[in-house]
Formats: sequence, structure tokens, C-alpha cells
Amino acid sequence: MTELNVAQALNQALDTALESDERVLLLGEDIGRTGGVFRITDGLLEKHGPDRVYDTPVAESGIVGAAFGLAIAGMRPVAELQFMGFSYPAYDQIISHVARIRNRSNHRFTAPLVIRIPFGGGIGAAEHHSESAEAIYAHVPGLKVVVPSTPHDAKGLLLAAIEDPDPVVFLEPIRMYRAVKEDVPDIYYTTALGKVRVEREGDDITLISWGAMMKETRAAATMIEDEGGSVEVLDLHTLSPLDADGIVDSVNKTGRAVVVHEAPRTGGFGGEVAAIVQERCLYSLLAPVMRVTGPDTIFPLKRSEGHYLPSAEEIVKVAMRALEE
Amino acid sequence: MYSLISPDGSVGDRLPLTLEQMKGLYADMIEARAYDRKSIAMQRQGRLATYASFEGQEAAQIGAAAALESDDWVAGTYRDAALMWRAGYPWKLLVAGRTGDERGGQPPETVNVLPPSITVGGHMIHAVGLAWAEKLKGSTRVALTSFGDGATSEGDFHEAMNFAAVYQTPTIFLCQNNGFAISLPRHEQTRSESIALKADAYGMPGEQVDGNDIAAVVAAISVAVERARKGDGPSLIEAVTYRMGAHTTSDDPARYRDELDAERWRERDPLLRVRKLFQNAGEWSEKWEADLETRATERIEQAVAEAESLPVPRREEMFERMYAEMTGPLRRQLDGGDS
Repeated sequence: MTELNVAQALNQALDTALESDERVLLLGEDIGRTGGVFRITDGLLEKHGPDRVYDTPVAESGIVGAAFGLAIAGMRPVAELQFMGFSYPAYDQIISHVARIRNRSNHRFTAPLVIRIPFGGGIGAAEHHSESAEAIYAHVPGLKVVVPSTPHDAKGLLLAAIEDPDPVVFLEPIRMYRAVKEDVPDIYYTTALGKVRVEREGDDITLISWGAMMKETRAAATMIEDEGGSVEVLDLHTLSPLDADGIVDSVNKTGRAVVVHEAPRTGGFGGEVAAIVQERCLYSLLAPVMRVTGPDTIFPLKRSEGHYLPSAEEIVKVAMRALEE
Repeated sequence: MYSLISPDGSVGDRLPLTLEQMKGLYADMIEARAYDRKSIAMQRQGRLATYASFEGQEAAQIGAAAALESDDWVAGTYRDAALMWRAGYPWKLLVAGRTGDERGGQPPETVNVLPPSITVGGHMIHAVGLAWAEKLKGSTRVALTSFGDGATSEGDFHEAMNFAAVYQTPTIFLCQNNGFAISLPRHEQTRSESIALKADAYGMPGEQVDGNDIAAVVAAISVAVERARKGDGPSLIEAVTYRMGAHTTSDDPARYRDELDAERWRERDPLLRVRKLFQNAGEWSEKWEADLETRATERIEQAVAEAESLPVPRREEMFERMYAEMTGPLRRQLDGGDS
């Protein structure tokens, strides 16, 4: 066990994967010499060499398209795109090719690759650097979409994603990279994809989130408990395939649900969660399913970030409304 | 422009192929044309979805595939059925794909030909990744990607050419310049004097070849393949040809091109010039040609019958094809339940 933050845990996962599977290789912009814009691949070029870790030209579509070919021919590429706002040039490759090859070849060709994309706001970055577009990836059949929020999960989920026989879009919450530390096993281990993580058990209300908003959700849960409420907290950590049963079990128990995400509200993934809850938990519900989300605005620049990102207080306010029903 | 056989069948340099090899290639082109004509007829009968004819481009496609080994990679387009077939993809599956059956996208395990790319240009980079993997594995396999002149306007063409050159992957870029991107003529697609010329800027060899001259195509692609196998990196071959038919069965070429032009190209037909070559050499007879056509028709009819006898896919197959193991949400949707 070593105490690591999310960034360090991801680095250790990639290091471990490169060591344990010779088919694994990393490619992306500036991931070699500089260790990536967030230093997630720091030291891996020196340790594993230029045949395993590639600094690529600036071409997101090319990176994903090349990784796709590499994967079909038997490699296990892990591609890094620098920010979610820069993933859109690769979106055609992802939806038109990566997500479809198993289907269009009836299992003859498959693309077991991982596309790592840092996402989300909260660090006062430039325009296009704070996007939370997880819903556009979760909407695509054929992909798996994974979002860790803790160091332990970050390593286990990334290793599971690299092992997975299908393509995985692996979303890394930028704000969480260095926010918390926890004990992470030094050994190779995987965390199962497609299962919600019950972070805290409770009886009165279920707070559901993923990625960086787990931080505010956690804080909100503590504030509600300080007022005497009993809160269950779910970290979805895989958006596709979604563990609907895990959500339903929890809400059937508590009777109330609030979904929290920082992406814009309309068409956000929270709507999907709310729909599942109303389909399957209607007779257990004591209050409407509520959402706490970013507004339908462009993610603002640094000076207005506080106006955009939902706060723990907002989550508490909405949860209290549900609890009063 | 590199060429070996003139439209009148005369040969300048000695051909790098034996007479027997030429006869085999000729038979293959006849078979491909039989498939093409059958497909157009079937589409008119409502038995196929939209079909993209390759008539006129048989030499470029059969010639390119003939220069490959049976386990090399091929990533082509919806107009590349002749190329894919000559590289090992069975007619039956090509027909099945066009009848609207995903099982048509599943070539045999020993055939490394991807199902045809339907979007324009996105697949060229795949041949870079495929070739890159072979290089890393230490094999001598190469990857050939085929695309039209239209695809060279896509940004993806740039990224694929650039990656291939930067990483010196054993990739062969085959551009079948058939004169039109659907309706847009070649000279309105790029100010570049040729498409082959573009290779220069990427630091790889580029060659323009008479795409209706099968011997020239085989020779040019063979040089590129040999370079790639030796570890000398990618090449671009521009095969200059002409799409005799429409873009697809839902298109009317009379709206955008001079049919006199098409007639002039008919004199440059890739099959015709090989026939003339045989005739000049006293190696052709009407009976031989008729036999080849009969055999080709039989094979295509057989493939069509097999493809059309595939049972309609079961509903669950649509769900089963999505992931290695069916996911929970898909299982529930298959069972007709809620989320």
C-alpha cells in the first residue's frame, strides 16, 4: 500500500500495465518527454522506452484512428487526448469506427483500446479546457464509459479498462487529480466495470454522482447527516454500461434520489438516471427525483467558474426539499 | 505517368508478369465485372441496398490485391469489392453485406481484410495502425488502404499520411483517382498537379500510374509493398482511372459529366487492353473468353444464391454483436423490459 492521489494512481496503473502486458502501448500528445499536460504519464517513456510510449503529432483523429488499427492487429493501445474539449476532432473515429467494428464485422475484428480523456472544470483553465461531455460518449452504443473519482478506483478501473475486450472511454476528473490521497495497493488489481460503488450507506435519501462532483456530493451528505438525515451516496463510476440495478436497489430503500453532475442540464446523463428511477422505483418514491447540474451555458472562464459549478450547499438545498416531501 | 500496356494492347517495356499470370488477372477482372453488373441488376430488382459500381476500376483493384500476400491487411471502401475479393474476401459475404446483413462484414479468420469503410476517409489511418502493430510485432505483413480522389480532401488523409511517414509504418496508400468525388471533378478538388505529388510533402514516395493498366498497377504496388516489407516505410500510389458508372445506383452522372468523356474512357477499358494484348500475341479466342465469362457468372450466381439463402438475422443477434459479453442494460432491452 502507498498513499497516492488520483494522478499518481493512474500513473501507477499505466506503469503496471506496461510491465505486465507487452501488447500495451501509450500514445498521445506530449505524453513522453513531458509526461503529459497533467503529468499522468510522467517517467513512463524513460522507464519503458520509445517503443512503448509515443509522443504523437497533434492530431486527435489520427491518434484514435491509429490506436484503432493497432488494437485490431493485436495491440492494447492506451491513447491520451489532452482535454475533453479537444476530443471532438476524434469523435468521428470513436463513433464511426471504434464503437462499431465489433458489430459491423460480427465479432471478427475488435478494438480493445482505451481513450483517456481529462474532463471537467474547476481549475480556472482556458476556454475548451473544462468540458463535461460524458453524455455524448455514454450515448454511443459499442463504447464503455468509465469515470473514476478516487485514487483506488482510478487504478483499478484503468487496469480493468485496459484488460477489457471492448473500447473504453476513460474520463479523468481534472479537479480530482490531486485533490485527495488514499491507500492504493501496489499490486496489479482491477475494479469491476459496470457496478456502482456505494460510498456511504444511509436510509433517507440517495445522492448519485460521478467524477469530480463526488467531492461536493460527499460534502453535502455530511452536511445533511449533521442535520440528522441518513444519506446513501452512490458513485456511478461506469456510465456505460450503467448499473441500473445498483441505483434501483438504493432508491427503493431510501425513497428519494438526487442526481448531481457538472455537465449542462439538458440532455445530461442525470436525465437518464432520473428516467430509470421513475420507471423502476415509482412506488417507493417519496419525492420527485431531483437534479443538481451545471446550467445550459457554455462553461465560463475563470472569474465566473463559481457561478457555474454546483456547490455542496446547492445539493443540500435540493436534497432538503426532497426530504421535506 | 507509369504505364506498361497501351490502350491498343501494345507493350513498350517487357512485362514483369508471365503470360499465365496475365491470363489469371484477366480472368479475375472478368469475374469482378460479372459481380459488378450482377449487383447493379440486383439493386434495380430491389434485392440490394444502394450499390457503388467499380466498373472501369478493375485493373486498379485486382492489380493492387495481386501484389499482396494472403495475410496482408486491406482497408478499403464501399467501391472496393474487387480489391477485397482478390485479397480473399468471399463474394458471398460481399453480396451479403450489400443485401443489408452484418454477417457480410465477417470475413474468414485467415483473411485480414476489414469490412468496407462507408464514411469517406476515416479508414486510411486504420491501415497506419494495422501496419504499425505488425512492425512492432516484428512481422513482415503490410497494410494497404484504398480510397478515392474525393477522400484526399478529407483532413483524415493528412493525418494518415503524416502518421505513416512519421512512424515509418509499412502502409501502402492506394488512391484510385476515378475523376470524381460523386459529382465534383478532380480539378475542382485540389489545385495540386497530381495526387501522387502530395506524398512529397510527407516525406514518402508517390507515383502516378495508369490505373487501367493492370500490369503497371501490379508493378507499382509491388515496389511499394517491397519497400514496406523491408522497413523503408509507406508509399502513395495514385492509380488514374475512370468510374464508368454512376457514383451509386441512386445517382445520375449525366447531371455533372460529359458522357462523351465516358465514351473516350471506354476505349481505355482495363479489360479491353489486356484482351488486345492477348490478341496481338495470338493468345486469345472467343471461346476462351466465353468460357471465362460463363465460369465467372456461375461463381457469382452461386455466391448470390448463398448470400440470399442466409436466414434473416434473429433479433438477439443485434444485441449480441455489441460487446464481447452482453451488458446488463442490453440484456434488459433484449428481454423487452424497462431500463
